[in-house]
Amino acid sequence: MLEVRDLRAGYGAVEVLHGVDLDVGDDEIVAILGSNGAGKSTLNNTISGLFPPFGGAIRFDGEDICGAPSERIVERGVIQVPEGRRVFPNMTVRDNLLLGGYRRGRANRKRNLDGVVAVFPRLGERFTQHAGTLSGGEQQMLAIGRAMMAEPRLLILDEPSLGLSPLLVEEMFGLIRRLHEEGLSILLVEQNVMESLALANRAYVIENGLITLSGPADELLDNPDLKRSYLGL
Amino acid sequence: MDACANLTGHGCGIILASIINGTMTGAVYALVALGLTLIYGVLHIINFAHGTLLMLAMYGVFFLNQIVGVDPYMAMPVILVAAFLFGYGLQRYVIGKTSHGRDEITLLVTLGVSIVIENLALFFFTANERNIRVPYELAGIDLGVTYLLVTQMAAFGAALLITATLWMFMSASDTGRAIRAVAKERQGARLVGINVEHIFALSFGIGTACVGAAAALLAPRFAISPRIGYTFVLIAFTVVVLGGMGSFVGALVGGFIIGIAESVGGLFLGESLGQITISLIFILILLLRPSGLFGEKLR
Repeated sequence: MLEVRDLRAGYGAVEVLHGVDLDVGDDEIVAILGSNGAGKSTLNNTISGLFPPFGGAIRFDGEDICGAPSERIVERGVIQVPEGRRVFPNMTVRDNLLLGGYRRGRANRKRNLDGVVAVFPRLGERFTQHAGTLSGGEQQMLAIGRAMMAEPRLLILDEPSLGLSPLLVEEMFGLIRRLHEEGLSILLVEQNVMESLALANRAYVIENGLITLSGPADELLDNPDLKRSYLGL
Repeated sequence: MDACANLTGHGCGIILASIINGTMTGAVYALVALGLTLIYGVLHIINFAHGTLLMLAMYGVFFLNQIVGVDPYMAMPVILVAAFLFGYGLQRYVIGKTSHGRDEITLLVTLGVSIVIENLALFFFTANERNIRVPYELAGIDLGVTYLLVTQMAAFGAALLITATLWMFMSASDTGRAIRAVAKERQGARLVGINVEHIFALSFGIGTACVGAAAALLAPRFAISPRIGYTFVLIAFTVVVLGGMGSFVGALVGGFIIGIAESVGGLFLGESLGQITISLIFILILLLRPSGLFGEKLR
């Protein structure tokens, strides 16, 4: 579904990714693990078209989307839930959700809105409240709900558990599992290694802008290098 | 002698009259300020070319009137569309391309654009003042306390109508939502597939269309010269800051406050000294509410 080949990207003159290869297949959850500054968000944002890549190739369903503007990428169904949520704080929950269907899924907007409220009843209760007044967990729900409005084919989740209480983190991973079971392909970027590997089909470990480890999630769980780097074992 | 007279030396009637007159003018101030506040709210830039664009639009109205014989009010749709397209193009292909996203460059570019346009206007249109004569120039209705001109009422009504339309557009349309989204959260906006550069240019276009509309409303009442923009845009800046940067309601309320302050101040202090009232009210409100009447709290 998504193929990334020898991707080099960064900001301004600074190259952060030095040639990354990555695949997400149909109906897969793929986890990307790595510490702060490894290049995880750069990878997401380059796939989403926020920054033009320095080189390499990105294909979605065989179609070249490398360097395309973000609205063209959203149009194809690659939808990102960014780190820090990036909801529209000055607008109501309803308007935030409606904007989720701004570029894609417009025809079914009403139905999708009902669907999101069914998944997140909490958002329904807060419908006319400004997004800026929501709690962190609610904002995360809103960001995911907003993405669902665009009828994603590939959902990119950037650190969805960041800043949530342990209970909410559990809830969040449960939700991601449900979305996957409903047939959604997911690229999950996380620092929460154990939870992510328990959930994912496959995983990549990214360090200093390069993929250093990759494979099926259950194999990586037993990998001694990974244990040493991330679990201190 | 009535109560007002004892207090002020003027009759109640004349004070009421100047409040009414101030309200009429205030609506147009609000309209010019609305364009400025929209551009500031979305692009976070101070548009120094705002007044110059108003001047250009007034010349547009003037020449349509002189050459084609179009009534200034009838010219409004044409000027509105032309101003929108001009503003859209200016942002998308000049300001946006040259600024590289840096505010100080944007500021200088709008200033530069304004200087270029103003000097071109001086060259081609000369510094002479031009007037549009309309047959209904002195028509109006007698309210008893004051004589209200048709041109005043038209300006008032149209300014309110445009403000209300813009308000509806911003709150209920998809494009309006996208504009509000871009104003506060650009990256989030890109991630839902909003073309941010297009929305920037659209906002600049709508802001310019506001001065286009204002130009048609002002042209029958004010002499047009290459420097006419300053008169209104200085007041518009005051209105925007007073009402709260980026606030629509602030622009509207601020416009009326300044319009009335100017008119009532002029009554007591004389035409030229009356302007002091604007500054006094401005300073007073900012002392009490540093972010303006409807501005967000400064963080």
